[in-house]
Amino acid sequence: MKAKYFEPFRTLAVILIALVIAFVIISLVSDRPLETILIFLWEPLATKGHIGNLIEMAIPLMFTGLSVSLLFRANLFNLGAEGIFYFSGVVAAAIAIHASLNGFLHPIAAIAAGSVVGALLSAIPGILKAKWNANELVTSLMFNNILFGVGLYILNYQLRDAKAFSSASYKFEPTALLSRIWPGTRVHTGLIIVLVMIVAAHVFLYKTKWGYELRMTGANRAFAGYSGIRTARVIILTHLIAGFIAGMGGSVEVLGMYTRFNWVSLPGYGLDGALVAMLAKNNPLSVIGAALFLSYIRNGADLMARLSDVPSEMISIVQAIIILLLSAEQFLKFWKNRMLLKEARKHG
Amino acid sequence: MDSLWSVIWSTDFAFSILRVTTPILFAALGALISNRAGIINIGLEGIMLVAALTGVVTSAYTHSAWVGLLCAVLSGVMIAGILAFFTLQFKTHIILGGIAINMFASGGTVFFLYLLSGDKGASSSLQSKVLPNVDIPLLKDVPVLGPILSGHNVLTYASIAAVFAVYYMMKRTPLGLRIRSVGENPHAAQSVGVSVVRTQYTALLLSGLLAGLGGAYMSMGYLSLFTRDMTAGRGWIAIAAESMGRSTTVGTTLTSFLFGAANALANALTVLKIPSELIATFPYVATVIGLLVYAIGESRKRKKAAVKPNEG
Amino acid sequence: MSGALLEMRDVTKVYPNGVMANYKVRFSLREGEIHAIVGENGAGKSTLMKMMFGMEEPSEGEILLRGEKVKLASPQDAIDRGIGMVHQHFMLVPSFTVAENMVLGMEPKKGLGIHFAEAVRMTEEMSRKYNLAVDPKAKVENLTVGMKQKVEILKALLRGAKILILDEPTAVLTPQETEELFRELRLLKDQGHTIVFISHKLKEVKAICDRITIMRAGRSEDAFRTADVTEQEISRLMVGRDVVLKYDKEKREGGETILAVRGFSLAGSAGSRLLSDVGFTVRAGEIVGIAGVEGNGQTPLVEALTGSLAGTAVGGSVTVKGADILGADIRAIRKHGVSYIPEDRMRQGAAGEASIADNLISTQYASGKLGGGMFMNGGKIERLAASLIEAFDVRCSGPKQPIGMLSGGNMQKVVVARECSTEPDLLIAEQPTRGVDIGAAQFIHRKLIELRDRGCAILLVSADLNEILELSDKLLVLYEGRVTAYFEEPSAVGEEELGLYMLGINRQDPEQIGRAVHR
Repeated sequence: MKAKYFEPFRTLAVILIALVIAFVIISLVSDRPLETILIFLWEPLATKGHIGNLIEMAIPLMFTGLSVSLLFRANLFNLGAEGIFYFSGVVAAAIAIHASLNGFLHPIAAIAAGSVVGALLSAIPGILKAKWNANELVTSLMFNNILFGVGLYILNYQLRDAKAFSSASYKFEPTALLSRIWPGTRVHTGLIIVLVMIVAAHVFLYKTKWGYELRMTGANRAFAGYSGIRTARVIILTHLIAGFIAGMGGSVEVLGMYTRFNWVSLPGYGLDGALVAMLAKNNPLSVIGAALFLSYIRNGADLMARLSDVPSEMISIVQAIIILLLSAEQFLKFWKNRMLLKEARKHG
Repeated sequence: MDSLWSVIWSTDFAFSILRVTTPILFAALGALISNRAGIINIGLEGIMLVAALTGVVTSAYTHSAWVGLLCAVLSGVMIAGILAFFTLQFKTHIILGGIAINMFASGGTVFFLYLLSGDKGASSSLQSKVLPNVDIPLLKDVPVLGPILSGHNVLTYASIAAVFAVYYMMKRTPLGLRIRSVGENPHAAQSVGVSVVRTQYTALLLSGLLAGLGGAYMSMGYLSLFTRDMTAGRGWIAIAAESMGRSTTVGTTLTSFLFGAANALANALTVLKIPSELIATFPYVATVIGLLVYAIGESRKRKKAAVKPNEG
Repeated sequence: MSGALLEMRDVTKVYPNGVMANYKVRFSLREGEIHAIVGENGAGKSTLMKMMFGMEEPSEGEILLRGEKVKLASPQDAIDRGIGMVHQHFMLVPSFTVAENMVLGMEPKKGLGIHFAEAVRMTEEMSRKYNLAVDPKAKVENLTVGMKQKVEILKALLRGAKILILDEPTAVLTPQETEELFRELRLLKDQGHTIVFISHKLKEVKAICDRITIMRAGRSEDAFRTADVTEQEISRLMVGRDVVLKYDKEKREGGETILAVRGFSLAGSAGSRLLSDVGFTVRAGEIVGIAGVEGNGQTPLVEALTGSLAGTAVGGSVTVKGADILGADIRAIRKHGVSYIPEDRMRQGAAGEASIADNLISTQYASGKLGGGMFMNGGKIERLAASLIEAFDVRCSGPKQPIGMLSGGNMQKVVVARECSTEPDLLIAEQPTRGVDIGAAQFIHRKLIELRDRGCAILLVSADLNEILELSDKLLVLYEGRVTAYFEEPSAVGEEELGLYMLGINRQDPEQIGRAVHR
């Protein structure tokens, strides 16, 4: 088999194995396995409404998947998208509640604020890593919890509407909300925004000088430095961009899907973003497909739970298996100084 | 301030610190062992969760808390074994493996909970057993110390014992020596015939065992049932504690108690009008600061070694 | 050859990447002797040693221990059979005490724990028995290099080594520590141990070893008694070329001075002298070669020239076109028109998963030639990559292929292509054809000559005699951090004569050496 077809084949194989395991679980649990499996596979696409759900869940996954892809591409193990996503959502909510702008500027202002805050917050672990080589994994994980705590505080003490049922903020000004673009579904303009960002990221990564520096720093930091690239700056810049995108994701999600801010726990899109990035092999354009796939199986599980006797949480098991198998050979990307010298296929 | 002071200085408060620290301490000790062997186990949160559920389920079916405990611990070892297998055999990246374990645990425990009890939120329908609290004779009558130290769950005492056990193991047993050698200089270990892979396997299994104890405590001591996501980040706090404790037994134990105290303090501090959400972030802020201090120190050390030119 | 304690019979080792490190090597060790294996870097001594210690297995041939065929599949096999090794880079755990390092893997037990008192006692007993004074309770990280080596030796002896392999043991020792080591070795010999002494320091070999086996280009000579050979004769057998490649090189006199190193001295950690009073110039349009056995200062010198200064400069200057570059980072140095072919292409010279094109443009992507402003012009990049691939005859499936899939020779051609393609004023080439097949090596040599003809100043640092003698217009020899010879007509220097300088046997006087610096 030609070498370049190996990787996509491997990804496909992993997905198939994971799905087979899903079927096995369903068979063991359900009274009517075949019917349940069909629901799992078909139902997400069965109606316009369901397809809409699939797309609307894919939107935040594309944002975080894109954000994490860039970090992984630069060989940075930062899992902070979770906290940034949440906190930027809080920031966007605050602007959605308190500012008075027209229907065009209001969402832009809110999203911009969330994105910039996301970028700045993300830069902190980046600077700590670039300047003092502080492990970005631990700092980013810690920041997830810190940002969650501060964000929740702001929700409960500054934005909370005492008259609402559960812990929720005041209503957003209607001018702040993102409009729906597909009648009959809840798919909102965030879809367009994320697709634009993905294309922009693709162009950035492959056609600009900064993107080249990012890729080389990730491929071999010693090589990048030796060639004259300022790798410390690249690391910080990558953190800024990734934080910007994750922040934008949180803001867009809040304004596109809600009329009040009511997240009292971390929504989990950050870790899912890592899964999306792995499936997409850290390629911006592939993030689209990977996010849609993940959304598809998640929706399949949710619908299956509603329409049959299998709980939706089984999808976590499937996701875990995908990660374990997929990353079993992904280690090449993260062991930067272990160059694999393959045998010369053609002796030169 | 007065009321805060009086709350803190009460024996009840000290008692609660010990209670709250127990699961964190177990998991942190587990993190320590695997870290010293050179592999980071970030799946501790997930392992604790799985063990918590396993303890509840098996104790309900066997009507024995002790069997439940045993099974919980075994489940922790098993999950750690899966992680070890994928990481050491299939070369899965250890971080991603840990993420996978957490993901599996978070959804998988709810899945199995529902299958076995019909409820997704809590295991109240299962008649699970609880591990006993122990009133230590004689000690319990000692003023001040008595109310603080006596009456804890048996696993709380086990966690203290674990501190000594881990300390002894790491410093004074052949296994501990080999674990440390593999983590510090794997070439040296290999050159004398110590298998790096086997030692790391063992370290991961031990970390699973300890995290399993922590998880069992959550559902069979701290509370008496399993609720979804009941570990609530204790695994992460444990990792933070071990990090700040500089991977030493003493340091890790102290920081675990520190974070436990911060947890216990959360309720008390509401008297001071500091919101609980912010208090909850203290352990993490402390870790970041601790890491930063360490990283700056290391960076200065490296700069001193590579001296500037044209000096001397 | 009966009666030999250890014998390697017609041992051949071919590595998976095709390099033949040892060819039908014969080595015979007699019980109770101190036997040296000498050879230049790349001669195959380390491969032979690895096979002796089970770190590698022979592709062909046999190993016999006391007349019996043995298979050494791992270091543990070798240890079990009484073969111990003291590595050049110590295998000790820094935070452990000496006693803990000594018993690692074979810890004496007391109940569940380690019997520390016993470990200390065992260490003291070994220490006394072999007269190697060590403090069992000291932490290894606080020991001197000499002490660490003693611990390593004791470690091997504790595990029952009757045959001790020492890999370049004196490379890191002071003269006094070397003396001490020799006393210990003589004692070990008296106690019935056998020692294999791997080195390229001929004076020491003559001083301590009974017999010597010379390796060259993967082959071995029969063993001599050291008393029967002079250093000159050893040198002659060690240093020689099998294939003499001749290039058509126009004779040229250099133009303006591009690189000037004057009176440069560099101190390392713990006061060691890495370089002493090194001075030479490289002018436009000439190739200046630095010859020498590795470990004599070449690496610190190149590091100083390429922005990785490791140590304290204690005098002298290094300038490129008049500008001081000591202590500058490589980014700034490159801006002066300097290119650098690094010794370690895998660590620094290339990014394995990136494409050939990406690897080719890494030093000029920002220049504006490949697109102005923020963007990079894909078309221009492809064209540049295609033309370089053709010009350097890189065998690949296209510019988008990941460079890691190429053979060593082709990968190096990409590195060379990149560093030459910016038309530098100064090219520093460090071991440019190491690990490269002969066809690619010749190609690279011709490209270097072409670059020189276009007026580039080239500094060539190489342990490969072919390369250095054929390419250099002027030739220097580095020995123990000093320039010990300077030749204006390298083609008139025979390799035997060169070998004498490289091994420190001969040394020019300061006046001759001073001619290396052109005003």
